[in-house]
Amino acid sequence: MQKLHSRQQQWMPALFLAPAVIMFVVYVIFPILQSIWLSFYEWDGIGEKTFVGLSNYVELFDDYQFWVALKNNLYWMVFFMLAPPIGLAIALFLNQKVMGIRLVKSMFFFPFVISQVVVGLVFSWFYDPSFGLFNKAIGLFGVEPVAVLSDENWVTFGIIVAGLWPQIAYCMILYLTGLNNLNPDQIEAARLDGAHGWKMLRHVILPQLKPATFIAIVVTVIGALRSFDLVATMTSGGPFGSSSVLAYFMYEQSIFNYRAGYGAAIATVLFLIMDIYIAYFLWRMLKSEKA
Amino acid sequence: MFPTPIEKRSLPFNLSYRVAVWISLFLWLLPLLAVLLTSARSTADINAGNYWGIPSEWMLFENYTMVFTETPMFRYLLNSILITVPAVIGAVALSTLAGYALAKFKFRGNVALFAAFIAGNFVPFQILMIPVRDLTIGMGLYDTASGLILFHIAFQTGFCTLFMRNFIVGLPDELIEAARVEGVSEWQIFWHVVLPLVRPALAALSVLIFTFIWNDYFWALVLVQSDEVRPITAGISALKGQWMASWQLIAAGSIIAALPPVILFFAMQRHFIAGLTLGATKG
Repeated sequence: MQKLHSRQQQWMPALFLAPAVIMFVVYVIFPILQSIWLSFYEWDGIGEKTFVGLSNYVELFDDYQFWVALKNNLYWMVFFMLAPPIGLAIALFLNQKVMGIRLVKSMFFFPFVISQVVVGLVFSWFYDPSFGLFNKAIGLFGVEPVAVLSDENWVTFGIIVAGLWPQIAYCMILYLTGLNNLNPDQIEAARLDGAHGWKMLRHVILPQLKPATFIAIVVTVIGALRSFDLVATMTSGGPFGSSSVLAYFMYEQSIFNYRAGYGAAIATVLFLIMDIYIAYFLWRMLKSEKA
Repeated sequence: MFPTPIEKRSLPFNLSYRVAVWISLFLWLLPLLAVLLTSARSTADINAGNYWGIPSEWMLFENYTMVFTETPMFRYLLNSILITVPAVIGAVALSTLAGYALAKFKFRGNVALFAAFIAGNFVPFQILMIPVRDLTIGMGLYDTASGLILFHIAFQTGFCTLFMRNFIVGLPDELIEAARVEGVSEWQIFWHVVLPLVRPALAALSVLIFTFIWNDYFWALVLVQSDEVRPITAGISALKGQWMASWQLIAAGSIIAALPPVILFFAMQRHFIAGLTLGATKG
């Protein structure tokens, strides 16, 4: 770091930082505080705000729809955790040097590049009860057609599968990069010791892939908590709110039901859940900075 | 190299591996291929329920022409470009400045500021929604491209600053020191020493951010409402409501919406992946 301290250096970093910091404070930091403050008010988004203390939260914890949305977020988090292992499996499968493999890898990554709105449309067709590919496929095994997206028991899982498609692609890319940077000496040494297959993977490869795993898990958890686009595109939270998640529930309450204060309370709860992960991520990140 | 390179296996194993790779790719992309096929079908095919077979007549050209003539798709596409390009330039510019300051200057609050940028980048959009919407309305920018651009610049600055800072930290201090000893001003150092060195990072970041902003749906719903301003993601959604039965059009529209990020990704693949795996290999 610098040892020289010209006068210019005193205020120069402030000048470099100012535009980004101002934008960030105005559009991110300050709105977070405003939302938390709003959650203590009853407000239709237009007229007068009435201070109601914790009553939005009290109502929220009594709201059946809130628990449905929260439960669905938990499903998202649990099943989204399939993305890192499946992504790793595909990465291991594709980590070869045969003709055209680079193209194959890129094509596998495709779902991550396209918009979630398009992914939602693609999967809505995939599940369509009368002609969707999904029902054609289970029909081959003699299973009766299921209307996945209008069945309360299946709808959330149907959307999660759609969400896993790009998420697996993302994790796969992380692991492919990790596999490219393995330490060959360690692998050779382990081979000489007779390690191969599972044993090799568990004791030699996975420890080296730790950084990739860390990022994969962080983005997957955040992705699961942020899920909005697919729910909005595929079902609008239906049927009867059974596929809603906190992010969509909040949007619905604020925009369609004109309950901005209540919406802010939902957002605050989601934010607090997310904070646990953000704090963990920051702690890890700053720890590696010091190392 | 793990798993064991396939060249070391028997010939049949080699051949079956190569076949398996392409079959798995086909299955993986099947939902997307279906949409591609649908976008080339005729209305007759759709009404007859021929969704998965080979189209009885190829209407590719007609369908895509119809999308551009019968629906506001061209407008949506243009809107997306008008929103995304300035937002990418703005976010990358601000964060390069900020990233440089965080990477190469010692000052109190440096780490705290860096942490705030990282954390802000992970927050759920819903905690920002109501205040940002009010702010945008208050500035008279609701339902304008500028309203969306400003928000995207501000929000993406979090991720971009983290990205640029991590890249700039790796640049040798000596270069900057030498220039300082020569008495070159800080601004000149940034412009003539730092900027040329961070070009690859700028490319990687731009591609990535382009994709993020292009694919945004939530803010397009919250900050915009008319066809004149609506970007393509919200546009497709609106079309879906109006053209419920004309699947070939929705499919064609979806393909059009997906193309720009896809083209960019293929053109700048290496940069894109370098950007995504940020810190995944060391840390």
